[in-house]
Amino acid sequence: MFVSPAFAENATAASAQSKTTTATQAGHSGPEAFPPFDSTYFPSALLWLAITFIAFYIFVKRVVVPQIGGVLENRREKIASDLRNAGRMKEEADAAIAAYEQELAAARAHAGEIGQKARDEAKIAAEAERRKIEASLEDKLARAEKRIAEIRASAMKDVGAVAEQTASLIVEKLTGGQSSKAEIAAALSSVRE
Amino acid sequence: MAADKVDPIHQFHIHTLVPIHIGGYDFSFTNYALFMVIVVVIAGGGLYWACVSRSVVPGRAQSVAEILYEFSASMLRDSAGAEGMRFFPFILTLFMFTLVANLIGMFPYFPTVTSQIVVTVALALLVFFMVLIAGLMRHGLHFFKLFVPSGIPIVVLPLVVAIEIISFLTRPVSHSVRLFANMLAGHITIKVFAGFVFSLGTLGALGVAGAILPMIMVIGLTALEILIAALQAYVFAMLACIYINDAIHPGH
Repeated sequence: MFVSPAFAENATAASAQSKTTTATQAGHSGPEAFPPFDSTYFPSALLWLAITFIAFYIFVKRVVVPQIGGVLENRREKIASDLRNAGRMKEEADAAIAAYEQELAAARAHAGEIGQKARDEAKIAAEAERRKIEASLEDKLARAEKRIAEIRASAMKDVGAVAEQTASLIVEKLTGGQSSKAEIAAALSSVRE
Repeated sequence: MAADKVDPIHQFHIHTLVPIHIGGYDFSFTNYALFMVIVVVIAGGGLYWACVSRSVVPGRAQSVAEILYEFSASMLRDSAGAEGMRFFPFILTLFMFTLVANLIGMFPYFPTVTSQIVVTVALALLVFFMVLIAGLMRHGLHFFKLFVPSGIPIVVLPLVVAIEIISFLTRPVSHSVRLFANMLAGHITIKVFAGFVFSLGTLGALGVAGAILPMIMVIGLTALEILIAALQAYVFAMLACIYINDAIHPGH
């Protein structure tokens, strides 16, 4: 250290002198101890350091640390409780969403059920209607067929009489003579056979 | 006369403000004692006042106090673990005391408490004996395992133990001299360059022009010294934390 030779030089001279010089005045009065190594003031420095440092330590321990520690602890607690609240609210929101989803699914299922039922009912009704119409149509058809058969039968019955008349007229025109009814009927029935 | 003004040692002079003599010892209230009181009042009052509102959302002053608090707390927790937090009030006191003392010393005409070797030695010995006593109280004789690192071949063990013991015993020396010498040398350097400014300034116009260079130097050094003031307070408290870790976890 660059101060040590100076110190070594001064220390001997100063140690004798310092008690007198420093008591009267400190400053410019020839060579004296390098102040940081001047042991005259060591007891004073130690005493006042002890007093101030211990006082500061007690103040820090009793007042400062609980105060700032309390502030920081409060903040941590506040943040933690806020986070807890946020978590709780999120859970509530999730539950609400789940309930909504569930209800929506139930409603959808219900709607499907109603639709299916309506479709089934409509189908059944349509089927019944179709059957009824079919039945009535068949009925009408049967009656129509029956009537056609009757008309045809009666028409066929008249054909004989018309043919005899027509045949006698044709014979009369062609031959100019009369022909007996019985002859014509026999001829016709032989043709018709 | 001019020699007085530029004497770089002059700033370290101790003078008595209130003479107190007890049992042949000089316990006078000196300018350094006054500044110890001022340091404690500023550090303690500042920390108290900054957080007096105890608001959840901190203002500027409270933020600073909280940063200093959490900085010291993490410094101790990182080096000594959760068990070391018992020493937290001490570390906060030590850190704040050295920090404020170093920074107050940067004001012109204000003495730097930590530039007195007796102060730094006293603080370093306080840490040393606290570590020793806390270690012995906590671990008994197992505390001395600190000097016996595990996994060392038996041949070199005596040598290692000797080195460990020496390094343990010299801790207060390096611990105190580091802070003291940094503060002392920094203030002397600034004073020397400031003395150049003064000396050159008295030499007329050319001298005033030449004084600009040391003036710039003084400005730069002042900035550097403010950095060193904060850094050395941190180093001093950090080393105390590391030593406290030895008291709590003596095994390597």
